[in-house]
Amino acid sequence: MAFLTSFLNACPGAIGQGLIWGIMAIGVYVTFRILDVADLTVDGSLATGGVVCVMLLRANCNVWLAMLIAFIAGALAGLVTGLLHTKMGIPAILAGILTQLSLYSVNLWIMGFKANQPVSVDKYNLLVSQRYVRNFKDLSETLAGMEGGKFKYVVGLIFQNPIIVSLLFTVILIAALYCFFGTEKGCSLRATGCNEGMAKAQGINTDNNKILGLAISNGIVAVSGAFIAQYQGSSDINMGRGAIVIGLAAVIISEVVFGKIFRNLGLKLFAVSIGAVIYYIVIQFVLQLGLRTDFLKLLSAAVVALFLGIPYWKGKLPKRKKAV
Amino acid sequence: MLEIKNVYKTFNAGTVNEKLALRDLNLTLNDGDFVTVIGGNGAGKSTMLNIISGKYIPDSGVVTLDGLNITKMPEHKRAKYLGRVFQDPMMGTAANMWIEENLALALRRGARRGLKWGISNRERALFKKELAKLDLGLENRLSTKVGLLSGGQRQAVTLLMATLQKPKLLLLDEHTAALDPKTAAKVLQLSQEIVEEHGLTTLMITHNMKDAIAYGNRLIMMDDGHIVLDIAGEEKKNLTVKDLLDRFSSAGGGDAESNDALLLSK
Repeated sequence: MAFLTSFLNACPGAIGQGLIWGIMAIGVYVTFRILDVADLTVDGSLATGGVVCVMLLRANCNVWLAMLIAFIAGALAGLVTGLLHTKMGIPAILAGILTQLSLYSVNLWIMGFKANQPVSVDKYNLLVSQRYVRNFKDLSETLAGMEGGKFKYVVGLIFQNPIIVSLLFTVILIAALYCFFGTEKGCSLRATGCNEGMAKAQGINTDNNKILGLAISNGIVAVSGAFIAQYQGSSDINMGRGAIVIGLAAVIISEVVFGKIFRNLGLKLFAVSIGAVIYYIVIQFVLQLGLRTDFLKLLSAAVVALFLGIPYWKGKLPKRKKAV
Repeated sequence: MLEIKNVYKTFNAGTVNEKLALRDLNLTLNDGDFVTVIGGNGAGKSTMLNIISGKYIPDSGVVTLDGLNITKMPEHKRAKYLGRVFQDPMMGTAANMWIEENLALALRRGARRGLKWGISNRERALFKKELAKLDLGLENRLSTKVGLLSGGQRQAVTLLMATLQKPKLLLLDEHTAALDPKTAAKVLQLSQEIVEEHGLTTLMITHNMKDAIAYGNRLIMMDDGHIVLDIAGEEKKNLTVKDLLDRFSSAGGGDAESNDALLLSK
């Protein structure tokens, strides 16, 4: 019983974390599934987003502006990978690794050559903070004794909660991506990922599209990094390590759980976000069972490897004859 | 008008796998020509098409289309002048996208792609009308993924995509070779109808000599990287498969009977 209580107590934290990392997973989906490129820039650009955002906040920059600049920084990282891949003919995976590695130095540089930089929710105006992930209790208590004048206070409490903020942001992001991929440009990007030869035959500049896709994806990933840094109250040079694996885990979980139900791109993207939440709830559960946190990365990698292997194994099984 | 002048192309130059694919290739297509291309494996038919489409850049020589030098123009840029259908039905369409999305992509060939919606309702009406002409019942399946269609249906859709925007030149690269005979005949007939309807200049590679004789107003045979036979007009109308084999031998193609690829496709 005590186990269950403490697990349930930890759930809001897992959901908040899942939603924020889900933003990154949506970025991964753009390259991995739509553009059909495995982009390893992510580990670096996630940290870049966090680092840029924190340093700007510490310089008393407006939080929205800081997020925008984080997006641009991430997009630039994606641009570099795209250029390495298309203009220098380097395989996409290797191009991503090169950018990711170089970003380690860049990120340190941005942080003034320190491994981490704090950004306290007490001193700065942040969009999300871990501290308020369970403010639902305050909220309900306030609501119970609510009078007219407290309305503004309640709204403030609602938007203080990171789960609500990140959920809102996720919905807006998905809507924006859904619209984009319905445009002429967006359709040409999907065609590039689906069948490059056909795309070229239809007059599509596939190189430019790959660069654009990588830039958009890493911009989104960097925004996620900016959220993560605010959520945990600091940026850290290692905050992006293994991010790509978490992103892939979220994408794959979403496809295993919702693949048969969701056909529409908007719903698929939302499923990716839920996939990240499921991932963090499972991780929370395993930690609660007593696993050392040090083993988390081994566990994540094993889970992702397993799920990536399932379609391959399925293909090898003898096909059952269909009933006539 | 398409002009290919003194084009050479070698693959894997300087290695043991060196292969001279095109040797001093010269070809002029007049507007409205429907040219069928035959030749054994490795004769350079596909390489020629890929030189025109921009997949390969020639080592030397010039390719011009309506006076425009396209020899080194990137593939996606020259795509606006060309309609292409490939041998593999998988290659011409995006399998994960709907029929109408594929058609909309093709309708914008050569146009700038901006942030307008990818498909308008007016275009949907156009697609329905055009798909109905194919007579495959696809006009009611606009939002079906192309990947769910049969090979023949996909080739028909690709054919439509290649001609939605009237191309200066239509390139058909053995586009019926992967289909069963009945479907192949249907797709060939569709090709003929579409070419005639729009008066398209067309280059069609085929492995089937009968088809090469039956379709088009001009027939060329390739061997060893260049054109060895070029037959047009009345002469082509009266051609038989036997004539073709005889002429192939006398044109320096060696013994036609020993060229399996040619013989098998009688």
